Amino acid sequence: MARDAQENLPFAIRHFSPEALKEALRKMHLIRLFEEGAEESYMRGLIHGTMHLSIGQEASAVATCMELTDADKITSTHRGHGHCIAKGADVGRMFAEFFGKETGYCHGRGGSMHIADVKTGNLGANGIVGGGLPIAVGAGLTAKRLGRDDVTVCFFGDGANNEGAFHEALNMASIWKLPVIFVCENNKYGMSTAAAYATAVPNISDRAAAYSMPGVTVDGNDFSAVAEALHIAIARARAGEGPSLVENLTYRWRGHSKSDRNRYRTKDEIEDWMSRDPIQRFRAELIAHGVLDEAGAEAVEAAAKDAVAQGIEFAKAGPAPAITDVTKFVHAEAAA
Amino acid sequence: MNAQTHIKEAGSKTREMSYAEAIRDAMAIALERDPTVVLMGEDIGTYGGAFQVTGDLVDRFGKDRVMDTPISELGGAGVAVGAALTGLKPIYEFQFSDFAALAMEQIVNQAAKLRYMLGGEAAVPVVFRMPSGSGTGAAAQHSQSFEAWFGHVPGLKVVQPSTPAEAKGMLLAALEDPDPVIVFEHKLLYKMKGEVPEGYYTTPIGKAAVVRVGKDVTIVASAIMVHRALEAASKLAAEGIEAEVIDLRTVRPLDRETIIASVKKTGKLLCVYEGVRTLGVGAEISALVAESEAFDYLDAPIQRLGGAEAPIPYNPDLERAAVPQSPDIESVARKLAKGEV
Ligand SMILES: Cc1ncc(C[n+]2csc(CCOP(=O)(O)OP(=O)(O)O)c2C)c(N)n1
Ligand SMILES: [Mg+2]
Repeated sequence: MARDAQENLPFAIRHFSPEALKEALRKMHLIRLFEEGAEESYMRGLIHGTMHLSIGQEASAVATCMELTDADKITSTHRGHGHCIAKGADVGRMFAEFFGKETGYCHGRGGSMHIADVKTGNLGANGIVGGGLPIAVGAGLTAKRLGRDDVTVCFFGDGANNEGAFHEALNMASIWKLPVIFVCENNKYGMSTAAAYATAVPNISDRAAAYSMPGVTVDGNDFSAVAEALHIAIARARAGEGPSLVENLTYRWRGHSKSDRNRYRTKDEIEDWMSRDPIQRFRAELIAHGVLDEAGAEAVEAAAKDAVAQGIEFAKAGPAPAITDVTKFVHAEAAA
Repeated sequence: MNAQTHIKEAGSKTREMSYAEAIRDAMAIALERDPTVVLMGEDIGTYGGAFQVTGDLVDRFGKDRVMDTPISELGGAGVAVGAALTGLKPIYEFQFSDFAALAMEQIVNQAAKLRYMLGGEAAVPVVFRMPSGSGTGAAAQHSQSFEAWFGHVPGLKVVQPSTPAEAKGMLLAALEDPDPVIVFEHKLLYKMKGEVPEGYYTTPIGKAAVVRVGKDVTIVASAIMVHRALEAASKLAAEGIEAEVIDLRTVRPLDRETIIASVKKTGKLLCVYEGVRTLGVGAEISALVAESEAFDYLDAPIQRLGGAEAPIPYNPDLERAAVPQSPDIESVARKLAKGEV
């Protein structure tokens, strides 16, 4: 391809191999299907508690994690299923956690709000809004002190940017030039509270200026735009130049949690965002650029469907934790 | 229950309400009576609160008095403290008591101590409402019971209403109180119904209630544990064991008199609380009995049932096992009554 034509291609198409792009599409489907499976399990009474679904935010999760290896870390949030899958977790063990099984990632102790595969670099979903922000900075400090080149991506929501922890964390990451990328998934609301009401600046990326780091706002439903922003931020972090703040504008299709009656937003707004599905958009882009054809895309989706169906079966078959083990994992097991 | 006995200025009529509705009723009455009362918290407006306790109050009283805060617990609690210090009467709602951990600074270092540090020249009449406890499948960071934490702080008052009538009366009492009050509302009680007096009344802070009279064993319980203890007591009654059940209602200041009088009568004490057993509310109750004249009346070692030495787990069976349940109370109370402890 001529160089000019190359440059007109979206970043993701230029930058990633067709295999990597197909895998990204598969993960986006996997997230959507995991969330739908979780929702259905809840409706059928298979699980208790609550859950925060990330349907509509799949591009943000997957594109953000595109260049991360298992050595790189993420900190996640209460809306963390997508991050977990994007970072490489197995949906069977995720469902098992969801069903409270010993075979789940947290051995049934954590549930939806804490599902995380530590082995793939996920330092944890979090029940506390903003809880992961300083932890990510700590992970950045470790990498720097130990001379490693891994980076940490810190996912958080628009709501979290008003917690004190956000401001303290960004400041420290900046003064110590730590390899941390703060990724705000701005889905317009923290529960029912509009970011436009709760946050004093128009863009959350504007906050970066206060902490002397680059800040950028991108269309979080545009896979390529997110991947490019992360590419730049990760390069900066690996080069020892310090943290960045990336704001992915996106939207959650479902209510905040299972108890949301959606009284704070209109049906029109929800439908408008749903008509711009990030998965269909990415899929169309891949087809348009010849990465795959319709049949290929169908096959990717079908593979994700299989994985979810198998995952649910794996989860159902797993054993429950023993009641007598209620205090197991509170401390390290004493060495024998 | 005998909330009636502690009612001041109560209308004679009662109405059936849920615990959540009773709290909302108290807030509505307070907003109507006193223009300095403001409600603050995350999603308490249009959303109606994480547990639908504020409900439609924003429609009735407007956004200036039912204020949605950003997700900023430390700041939000602190703004409430500052407002209380200067003439407003804020009721700050935490979505879950767990998030009060983010606001410990303002509650513990500021609100609790300002009056004392300033030699009595300042007052912080703030109320913090905290949905508390386990049983909802929300796991370790959304299920804790922090009564003992806050109960350890001089300057704070800490209450745990267990019925709709108490919930309303104690919230109004908390608002009348010139000092900071923490109100723990058990999440599993929100839907519980009960008869609630209409109009304004207060249920005094610092007074426990004997909710079942018995002679064989005293069970001191709080919040949801009151109901589990009553259930256990009615099972035991069928066996001829008469348990006296005390609804603690206030963790700080503790009602020594009611507890001591009961133990002197029964000679046996079981404390039941949801917070972690070690260093919990039951430890303090045990100690106050052991230090009092009731000690000579004890016929058996004092027993405690509290939360497991673990965070609250997600798996529902583990979660149930992590806090006292009615059969646990029944079994320990039976052993105590039969002298098998
Ligand atoms: C410290 C704390 N405060 C409040 C909550 C309750 N809560 C859970 S998620 C949420 C909204 C978070 O909004 P945002 O950060 O934008 O993430 P989103 O849910 O939109 O993904 C709130 C208020 C919490 N879990 N932790
Ligand atoms: Mg949000």
